[in-house]
Amino acid sequence: MVNLEVKLKDMVLKNPVMTASGTFGFGEEFADFIDLSDLGGIIVKGTTRHHREGNPYPRMAETPSGMLNAVGLQNKGVENFCKDIYPRIKDYQTNVMVNVSGSVIGDYVETAAMINDLDHIPGIELNISCPNVKEGGMAFGTSCASAKEVVRAVRKVYKKHLMVKLSPNVTDIASIAKAVEGQGADSVSLINTLLGMAIDAETRKPLLSTVTGGLSGPAVKPVALRMVWQVAQAVNIPVVGLGGIMNAKDAIEFILAGATAVQIGTANFIDPQVSVKIVEGIKEYMIRHQVSDINDLIGAINLK
Amino acid sequence: MKPKNSNASILYPSKSMKKLIQDFELVKYEELNCEHFVLDIKANEPLPEILPGQFVNVRVDNNKSVFLRRPLSIHNVDYERNVIQLFVKRIGEGTKSLGELKIGDNVSVVYPLGNSYSIPKNAKTLLIGGGCGVAPLLYLSKFLHEAGNEVTTILGVRSSYDAVGLKAYEPYGRILVTTEDGSQGEKGYPTQHSVLENESFDYAFTCGPEPMMKAVAAYAESKDVICEVSLENTMACGFGACLCCVTDTKKGNKCVCTEGPVFNVKDLKW
Ligand SMILES: Cc1cc2nc3c(=O)[nH]c(=O)nc-3n(C[C@H](O)[C@H](O)[C@H](O)COP(=O)(O)OP(=O)(O)OC[C@H]3O[C@@H](n4cnc5c(N)ncnc54)[C@H](O)[C@@H]3O)c2cc1C
Ligand SMILES: Cc1cc2nc3c(=O)[nH]c(=O)nc-3n(C[C@H](O)[C@H](O)[C@H](O)COP(=O)(O)O)c2cc1C
Ligand code: FES
Repeated sequence: MVNLEVKLKDMVLKNPVMTASGTFGFGEEFADFIDLSDLGGIIVKGTTRHHREGNPYPRMAETPSGMLNAVGLQNKGVENFCKDIYPRIKDYQTNVMVNVSGSVIGDYVETAAMINDLDHIPGIELNISCPNVKEGGMAFGTSCASAKEVVRAVRKVYKKHLMVKLSPNVTDIASIAKAVEGQGADSVSLINTLLGMAIDAETRKPLLSTVTGGLSGPAVKPVALRMVWQVAQAVNIPVVGLGGIMNAKDAIEFILAGATAVQIGTANFIDPQVSVKIVEGIKEYMIRHQVSDINDLIGAINLK
Repeated sequence: MKPKNSNASILYPSKSMKKLIQDFELVKYEELNCEHFVLDIKANEPLPEILPGQFVNVRVDNNKSVFLRRPLSIHNVDYERNVIQLFVKRIGEGTKSLGELKIGDNVSVVYPLGNSYSIPKNAKTLLIGGGCGVAPLLYLSKFLHEAGNEVTTILGVRSSYDAVGLKAYEPYGRILVTTEDGSQGEKGYPTQHSVLENESFDYAFTCGPEPMMKAVAAYAESKDVICEVSLENTMACGFGACLCCVTDTKKGNKCVCTEGPVFNVKDLKW
């Protein structure tokens, strides 16, 4: 038997495989395909203080080895989550975390405070990639000062596991990671989508209603892996790695780069069973490499 | 007053109708013309209940540059042989590669997805399809015929060369053609067919290019006919997880893959 259990501070994951926000609905959408209790954790849709309609169609464009999205955080708001959705998903036998988003600090704080009261939600993932309306639309996660400010404010009201999700659209992601660690983040997850764009040459029109959007899928994997490696060296809190993971081999690469756990995103669209297949694949890898504890693989990249 | 049969409404799969991911085998390929082809794919086990208007999401394994699955309507179902038929128009890389699959190849399918057209009883139903939009209408006409409805299908194409696969509709009702060049049937668009002026219908069901569906909606509005359209928004997942496929409705953004693809035009902002 191999040990797959990992810990993100006090939060125990039965295995290091989680699913990424915005790609896994509320988990319910996958219940026909997999047993959710086979996963280390699931991170549900981006949730904001108030209802958001999201961006107009078209919101998606396929690009080489990936896709662009411009969903724009469509969700019914945190009150609806607490009242209507939480009762349906609270008994999943896995860690259900909520991805918290906002455009002003007060909204992040109020949303986090409401979710703090939900017994079966062991943690939140703070999405600081959203545009900061007060600062002219630059994402909170693109400057150390604004990243610090939002994490400090949320930390005051949120008592459980606080994971902060970092934006890759920065020149020095390690410094942002250190900044949020200094404000009491319990872990960091990375990467969110990379800002990208696609044009139809025939019609001369952009493929997304918003012109630019977030790139995900295997196209971003080398960038994500590099960032996970840099951040893992810079901080002492656990790092959760994601970006283009399609199979167990990809997941192992992130763990070797220093990730304690991984998240599966876009791959869920192509194979709704991929997350549990990755759990099995990690097990097989460990047996093949005679590794009895997954924790021995974390950061075990051989640089010699 | 013409007889009105307006009790039927759009059907949604029940919770017990599970979505599946399954490997099918390509058992037949039929080239209709250089643009259109029909694939027969066979499951190893009995098929689940499939409603007319539902679709499959197919992985394109023979082309590494195609990343996401491609949604395709269910054209016909043969429960005895566990075969699903897909009617495909070559658009880009994905659909072209599906046309290059060999008999015996594996086809990974997520299905059955989406909702169903209404199935009224003993009503006069009009089905209007254009281009690959005819795909869901064959299986629909089968259901409508079995429920005792009178079925009239109008297929609108550019020229007689595109008027393919008509024989399949014959057992279920009357099939009419319009061609833009007048080479077969009546000349013009399907919404200009004389049957729309000369007869009255209770329901109009349509699928195809948006301008055509909007013309059908306008006809239905003017004649007080219940009208349901099937949308083909681009999709990433096909089962409600990504929110990429939304259409703007009177009740806000709705996912075409779970709350559609079939919509009553009254709910859309057309
Ligand atoms: C529910 C549903 C049912 C469908 N049923 C059928 C069917 O039965 N038969 C059939 O042939 N097709 C059907 N389609 C359309 C089919 O999915 C697309 O033609 C296919 O995905 C195109 O893939 P491709 O790789 O060939 O082209 P791509 O390379 O993806 O696209 C080529 C060009 O067409 C445009 N395009 C592609 N798909 C769409 C779209 N859905 N809407 C607007 N523009 C688009 C792209 O932007 C690009 O410019 C259906 C779509 C949906 C959502
Ligand atoms: C359709 C879609 C919606 C997303 N929505 C969110 C979101 O609401 N909040 C968030 O933090 N990340 C969101 N993401 C980003 C993913 O969680 C993930 O960080 C990114 O896609 C990279 O991982 P991947 O390549 O494995 O998909 C979304 C991604 C996609 C494709
Ligand atoms: S395609 Fe993903 S929600 Fe409809």
